[in-house]
Amino acid sequence: MNKNLKEQVLRSSGVNVLKCMRCGKCSGTCPSYDEMEYHPHQFVYMVERGDIETLMNSKSIYKCLTCFACVDRCPRNVEPAKVVEAVRLAAVRQQGNNHMNPNQIPEMLDDDLPQQAIVTAFRKYIK
Amino acid sequence: METFTYYPGCTLRTKAKDLDTYARSSAEALGISLEEPADWQCCGGAYTTAKDEIATKLSAVRTLNSAKTSNRPLITVCSACHNVIKQTNYDILHDEEMASKINNYLQLDEPYNGETTVYHYLEMLRDVVGFDNLAQKVVNSFKGKKIAAYYGCLLLRPSKALAMDDPENPTIMEDFIKAIGGTPVIYAQRNECCGGYITLEDKDQAAKRSSAVMRSAADQGADMIITACPLCLYNLKKNSGSELPVYYFTELLAEALGVKEESNE
Repeated sequence: MNKNLKEQVLRSSGVNVLKCMRCGKCSGTCPSYDEMEYHPHQFVYMVERGDIETLMNSKSIYKCLTCFACVDRCPRNVEPAKVVEAVRLAAVRQQGNNHMNPNQIPEMLDDDLPQQAIVTAFRKYIK
Repeated sequence: METFTYYPGCTLRTKAKDLDTYARSSAEALGISLEEPADWQCCGGAYTTAKDEIATKLSAVRTLNSAKTSNRPLITVCSACHNVIKQTNYDILHDEEMASKINNYLQLDEPYNGETTVYHYLEMLRDVVGFDNLAQKVVNSFKGKKIAAYYGCLLLRPSKALAMDDPENPTIMEDFIKAIGGTPVIYAQRNECCGGYITLEDKDQAAKRSSAVMRSAADQGADMIITACPLCLYNLKKNSGSELPVYYFTELLAEALGVKEESNE
């Protein structure tokens, strides 16, 4: 367990993972559930356990759509998406660990793709 | 004529010009003047919820402060801008440390502490114009049209920051549809995510989400879907495989008010 990383994720997310009662409603309502190796409720208890590096190395951190469904629907106001965000930031803030290279952007474009998609991806994937 | 500060955002200047032009012409027809701040910057598209992220929140604060110095409420129309700007405003009001770091960096003439009132354009229609008044100004009614409102995620959530409507049983877009004479269609997926920016790296997931939304609306007999979000419009049109028409709500508004043709002149 990496205590320093756990502290960093807790501080950055502002989430109290101990409030979670493991009801699984966050994962039940997550639109990316099928695409994730670790699901929102697992993020919460793995952070509680300090198992941060496993999450940082999983593609699950790039599957969160930031739709805030788990934030609004959590009966204990744990706000799991904020934990996912903090873990993803811990990963992309590492030197050389951006998830997207700006050089890749031109080949992703089509005539209708809104700028909003690109700036959002930059916020999520790149530091 | 009432004047508001109006924030278009990056996409309304480029791929979502319809959302913008119809919003402007309709506001004028409703006796509302929209004034754009001089030097606005892109909001960033997504709000970074992390408490130790400051730089990514600055552009939204600059927009909020610009409205404050003009002493006017701020109107947004793109769902993403609305979401980012309202969440920024909420966190500045509720997180003193974040507010102090932001103000320490910006060195504004007077610190910004969440003073600006932010309305989504739909909230302006509901709370400033009033849907009853809007209904009286309709010249081309959508009578007989079954219209499905697509909220997606960014208009409503997180509800404590956005405070726009009931996040699970919203009515604001349905009330808008009634005001322009249409019949709202309620369907299960109206406040679920379209896939958003995942379209950039996982088309299958975007297709799965957006087709679920379109199927849900079609199953309830919708003739068309309306949205406030350029990325929702893109996903629903390009990734869903459905032929159901998707429009910006401002296009229907302009048509109802009889200003659609002149909007494009």
